Amino acid sequence: MNNHQFRHTQTAHCESGVISNLLGHHGLKISEPMAFGIGAGIFFAHLPFVKVNGVPGTTYRIWPGAIFQRVCKRLGVKMETAKFSSPEKGMAALDRVVAGGSPVGLLSSVYYLPYFPPSYRFHFNAHNLVVYGKRDDQYLVSDPVMDTVTEIDPDSLAQARFAKGFPAPKGKMYYPVHVPGKASFEKPIKEGIAQTCHYMLKIPFPMFGVKGIRFLANRVKDYPEKVGERKSALYLGNVIRMQEEIGTGGAGFRFVYAAFLQESAVLLNKPELSRLATELTQAGDLWRNFAFSAGRVCKSRSANNVSYKELSEMLIQCAAAEETFFKKLAKI
Amino acid sequence: MKKDEVPQDSDNLHEGSFKQIMYAVDNSGNYVQVQSSGWEPENIALTQAWEEVNEKVAAAKVLVQSGEISPIAYYMEKNLMDLALLANYVGKFQWQVKRHMKPAVFRRLSDKMLQRYADAFKISKDDLLHIK
Repeated sequence: MNNHQFRHTQTAHCESGVISNLLGHHGLKISEPMAFGIGAGIFFAHLPFVKVNGVPGTTYRIWPGAIFQRVCKRLGVKMETAKFSSPEKGMAALDRVVAGGSPVGLLSSVYYLPYFPPSYRFHFNAHNLVVYGKRDDQYLVSDPVMDTVTEIDPDSLAQARFAKGFPAPKGKMYYPVHVPGKASFEKPIKEGIAQTCHYMLKIPFPMFGVKGIRFLANRVKDYPEKVGERKSALYLGNVIRMQEEIGTGGAGFRFVYAAFLQESAVLLNKPELSRLATELTQAGDLWRNFAFSAGRVCKSRSANNVSYKELSEMLIQCAAAEETFFKKLAKI
Repeated sequence: MKKDEVPQDSDNLHEGSFKQIMYAVDNSGNYVQVQSSGWEPENIALTQAWEEVNEKVAAAKVLVQSGEISPIAYYMEKNLMDLALLANYVGKFQWQVKRHMKPAVFRRLSDKMLQRYADAFKISKDDLLHIK
């Protein structure tokens, strides 16, 4: 079958990476940080009642799919998306579009992707990748977090696309049908920044945005007392993983967003954005200090309250830094 | 994070070959992409998550061998599933799956039902009946 040229670029985060790669293929050059920023990807939330394998959920980014929708809307990209009731239909539709020469973005479960190292393969159902061709019955894959392009067999791909659980990908696939040849980023950037500031500062619930960081800080302080030594370490480990594991670009997306601000400073000719980027980099470094200390606490498994209190204070510092930062950003 | 501070704490978790992209600033303060082979806290957290999985698998195995639970419980842990996810895969309610974890109930399961569990775990029916 066909083997179309697809320019694969490795990125930090799968969703903004797929956007960057797919739109780039259709002639609209957009970097990963730019896609992430226009899509208002940076966020924070701590949701103790949403448990994954018994561990409270923490996120440093907006929910899956949101970046995609926002970028398409703001840049005037028309995307064809489809979900399917059965793997047969989903794979047939994929074959049709790929045969027509269009690279296709797919939602999938990491657990069923054989090209990932086993240590990463958890049931995470919101991973994005691109299939850009088929050769000898193998699908040609551009997975944005991978170094190079790779291949996958049809069975594994079908399993990954039709994994069960939450959220169930249901074979979701998407491909651009109309991409503007040239788009002005100015307005989309401003809209993205405004939305981000709103999400970080204005959501009237304690679990979200800057408030969410303080909320987590409060809970971390009491972990040893409330859930015991073993679970404390697991809970903390999950916060670290959400912050530093593959796909975050470091410091829970803070650095990706700083890179976006830096790029925007040039495009909008606003040097103050560049200064704010430096400020966010510093906030990111605070997050990394937190992760480093938290890692040590996890490893020692010494659930003395002092260390958890110290971690809690570090989080409060992160919250303060981000509050100052986003308030300044909101004024630009 | 500066470019030369991008951590390179490689360990065998990622089979040495897997590198992820980080964003860091170079000497003139501009953001650049840098490959990282891993970082200590992340490695600790990931190792810890796997230790938790392995402990659960080992504990389930002991219980299966002593006849207290059915192999379904063991394979559920081995596949990193929880009750909700497994129930979803076999198309049953959670309380039904829980029931199937009782050895007495498990022994009476139909071939069709056993096959559904085997499919969910991507193993043969024979492996489902006799854990290794």
